[in-house]
Amino acid sequence: MDTHMGSPRSGNLGRTAATAAGNARRLDWLLIASVVALGAIGSLLVWSATLPGDGGDPSDSIDALLRHLAHLGVAWVVCLAVAAVDYRTVRAYAPIVYAVTIIALVLVLTPLGAVINGSRGWIVIAGFQFQPSELAKVGLILVLATLLGEPRDGETRPMTRDVLFCLLVVAIPLALVMLQPDLGTTLVLCSIFLGMLTLSGAPVVWVGGMLAAGAVGAIAVWWFDLLEPYQVDRIATLMDPAADPQGAGYNSAQALIAVGSGGFDGTGLFQGEQTHGRFVPEQHTDFIFTVAGEELGFVGAAMIIVLMGVVIWRVLRVALGCDLPYPRLLCVGVAAWFGFQGLINIGMCLGVLPVTGLPLPFVSYGGTAIMANMLALGLVLGVNSRDRGFEF
Amino acid sequence: MRKPPVDPTVPGRRLGRAGLLLAQFLVLVLFAALVGRLWYLQVPMAEHYRELAVANHHQQLVVPATRGQILDSAGRPLVNNRTELVVSADYHEIQAMEDGGEKVLSDLGEVLDVPLEELRQRMRLCGPEVERPCWPGSPYQPVTLAEGVEGPVALQIMESADDFPGITAQAQAVREYPQGEHAGQMLGYLQPVTQEELDAREELRTRFTGIDQVGRDGLEAVYDSELRGTAGLRTLGVNNHGEVMDVISDELPVAGRHLVTHMDIGVQKAAEKALAEGMAAARPKYRADSGAAVVLDVTNGGVVAMASLPTYDPGIWQGGIDQKTFDEMLSEEAGEPLLSRAVQGTYPPGSTFKVSSMSAAVENGYALRSTYACPGSVTLAGQSYENYAGAGQGSITLKQAIIASCNTVFYNFGYQMWLKDGGLHPDGDPAEDMAEMARGYGFGSPTGVDLPYETGGRIPDREWKRTFWEETREVNCDRAENGYPDIAETNPAHAAYLKQLAHEHCVEGFEWRANEAINFAIGQGDVLVSPLQLASAYAAIANGGTLYEPRVAKAMVAADGSEVEPIEPTIKGEVPVSDETIRYLQEALTEVTTSGTGGGAFGDFPQDQVAVAGKTGSADAEQRQVSSWFASYAPADDPQYAVVVLVSQGGTGGETAAPIARKIYEAIYGLGDGKELLPGGEPYSDLPTVRTDGSIDPLER
Repeated sequence: MDTHMGSPRSGNLGRTAATAAGNARRLDWLLIASVVALGAIGSLLVWSATLPGDGGDPSDSIDALLRHLAHLGVAWVVCLAVAAVDYRTVRAYAPIVYAVTIIALVLVLTPLGAVINGSRGWIVIAGFQFQPSELAKVGLILVLATLLGEPRDGETRPMTRDVLFCLLVVAIPLALVMLQPDLGTTLVLCSIFLGMLTLSGAPVVWVGGMLAAGAVGAIAVWWFDLLEPYQVDRIATLMDPAADPQGAGYNSAQALIAVGSGGFDGTGLFQGEQTHGRFVPEQHTDFIFTVAGEELGFVGAAMIIVLMGVVIWRVLRVALGCDLPYPRLLCVGVAAWFGFQGLINIGMCLGVLPVTGLPLPFVSYGGTAIMANMLALGLVLGVNSRDRGFEF
Repeated sequence: MRKPPVDPTVPGRRLGRAGLLLAQFLVLVLFAALVGRLWYLQVPMAEHYRELAVANHHQQLVVPATRGQILDSAGRPLVNNRTELVVSADYHEIQAMEDGGEKVLSDLGEVLDVPLEELRQRMRLCGPEVERPCWPGSPYQPVTLAEGVEGPVALQIMESADDFPGITAQAQAVREYPQGEHAGQMLGYLQPVTQEELDAREELRTRFTGIDQVGRDGLEAVYDSELRGTAGLRTLGVNNHGEVMDVISDELPVAGRHLVTHMDIGVQKAAEKALAEGMAAARPKYRADSGAAVVLDVTNGGVVAMASLPTYDPGIWQGGIDQKTFDEMLSEEAGEPLLSRAVQGTYPPGSTFKVSSMSAAVENGYALRSTYACPGSVTLAGQSYENYAGAGQGSITLKQAIIASCNTVFYNFGYQMWLKDGGLHPDGDPAEDMAEMARGYGFGSPTGVDLPYETGGRIPDREWKRTFWEETREVNCDRAENGYPDIAETNPAHAAYLKQLAHEHCVEGFEWRANEAINFAIGQGDVLVSPLQLASAYAAIANGGTLYEPRVAKAMVAADGSEVEPIEPTIKGEVPVSDETIRYLQEALTEVTTSGTGGGAFGDFPQDQVAVAGKTGSADAEQRQVSSWFASYAPADDPQYAVVVLVSQGGTGGETAAPIARKIYEAIYGLGDGKELLPGGEPYSDLPTVRTDGSIDPLER
């Protein structure tokens, strides 16, 4: 599969033979430490967010914490396993991962799928809930990196036909996710595509065209009332969160109250009255940032933003270190995903972006989401341990 | 396909590097913006959101205080609280059930024998678009589903708590009026708070439960804040479903104070009975449509009894009055039982007013111990005025003028004092001595009794006449011009007369005429007084000239008896009459019941045991039968009580009112069939004891 690589730099590939110890030394420990820290803070927040109020069963909350830790544990193992595998080997499986993803996305629309929070996004098998759209993000990154990052002979960057093929590849999962419907994941898939396309070196016309199409599409959706009424409400709420605090604006208003009331140093872990009164919905998943805001205050919540920023920065730094377009685009895709999803999630908790059902990467409760995040991290670490790029 | 550039190193890498650096910069900017927003929310805006957070999870529950009782002077309950079994539901617990409480409510409906639909309606919170029945209170209060539940039913609910989650049965205090119709208007009643009352009373607004009731009439209204006590305030920590998680603070309610009154329920009942019997006796000769009897303690203005007939049971207001009963209460056929004739009714006082006219004459130059002509009729200002029954008595003393109620003596006083003031066209400020004296006795303005809606009555004089003329001139002048075409159709003569009258009123209606001054002197014409005003005036004569503000309330006692606050008598003023005149009047009034107009009624009354001093009155009013008055006090030699009786359209004072007053005295002093209601004729000097547990130890003598 590598035979078309005519680059003089192809000799770099020889470095992949370096010892495991060398790989480990080259691992981005700051990136790993940041993800571990986010996971640890997330565990505490999940624990606090699921603590029962008076009259509940305290063991429920231990259950949730233990499940969350189990998810993290399994996900770390998978992450390290993926990191250990050569990314070129992984690349070979990209079409398979993509195909499995598409099948899973189709299955959720069949009676096998389950509706949770108004979205048919889940498959329940033997008591295990599984969210294919999370894995679709990883699958899409793999396939797009292959398509955009493997120029044909004599070409150094993707051409129009590659872009058109990519569009087809993106359109299928996008359509399936929109059928669930899941606006948040739809936007994440789009941002992954746009991010990777922009940095792939594809013709500028296409990059500009896609960005313009995205903007026109957003305007058209708004203009022609293509959104569900509740989605319009959510955006309207963003403009004026106080407009209807018990209705559409409830989530947003309660999130602001929880975060704002935390103040500089917070109420202390497990001490948040808003959190334990369950005023913010979905506070252990999509709105977990509000728990940090209330209980850990500015100190803790800003720490999460900084850690998220560090993760994305380090992933992009790994991308900078890549000589080759494929691993670089892999990292770019992951960075676009984490960056966009983190921004949307935190922005939503801070009342500056509309409410969409997206978890906060590495922090929110949710097995599939954590697994997908760690898979992506594994891909990045795999690149990180093998490739060597721009020196600076 | 165009051939791609051969140099493979440049575009991809350079673009990639620049793009990645730009992407890093973008991430830095966006995430810094998030941190900035976080700072804004958590540092400068923190206090704002903390307040919102507190409002979010703190729910304040107002816990009403037990309302104080109203007691008579011996400690017998006039208004108290009964406990009643009430079944109520926890609003949030019912709402949180998977079926919305459907099963519990339908089970409960079977036990209570109430349709499920009604229970569902009662569970709704009242709002602008919710029809009654609905719950007007807070969802944090138990929602009342059934009142007055039978003991066994309540027990069944309490015992099978598992079958009725969220449902409780408990005892609740309900206002009770154990005396039924007795003293109904004076005690008053409770009604749900209106928005106006909330706006006006801050203490009500800050501690308002939504199901509060306030006193709307009588003592319940006047002493509402004292009886009400202070509601407690419980702050509950709640979650997003409104489920109570803990009690954050609990300020206990302070029960309302008990109101001890000067009233004696025995005398009250006796007065009402005597009044009812007297009115029945006056019929069918007279209409005797309504009546009042007032018993005052002349030494302090205390209201010992105050009867007004027809009366009603304030208990009808409990639990919401229905429209039919309400309309009936206000209807004329039912005799408007809500109206207290003693406090709100005004009538011409007739001859009972002569004490004021005589005082006015004597204090303004007429000799006390002289004789005055009492002819059968007098002609004054070209008009003839007759004595009652037209009998003349020659030259008599003022005492005899009072005893025999000689009108012509007073006609002369009225006319001469009118002339002295300048007659129709006074120079400068007329003295208006007659009216001034009447005001000195407390007529023409409210007595200041601690009961609501008191009337001031009316003491007419030149100024009143002018004001009245100004107010009515427009209408009268219009009628003087255009006549009464509608009346002219059927009765042209009457219409012409009315037109002439309107013309006079229009042109010279401001004039205080001789006939008005003459009628004023015998308590007729435009003079109007309330029975309470007259009682207060006679109490002043009895006690030597001190005018007290009548007081129903004697003391406020804390619910646990720990504090007693006596309500001191309030002196309104001294009657502007010399002691000699007062003594003279006292002597005259004492003889009325032996040899005067009250002689018939008090013929065989044991005056040697308790001498009664009094004055009859028979007041005429246009298109009405004569109203019967008797104003009195006793014992004449050491006055304790003033008793005033009025029977509207009940005949002469001597034939109807005086016998009623006599029965009241007999009851007080035990001179008739029963034993004395106030032993020794003395009111209770002590207060009843309120024990620490809130129970009351009535006085026994």
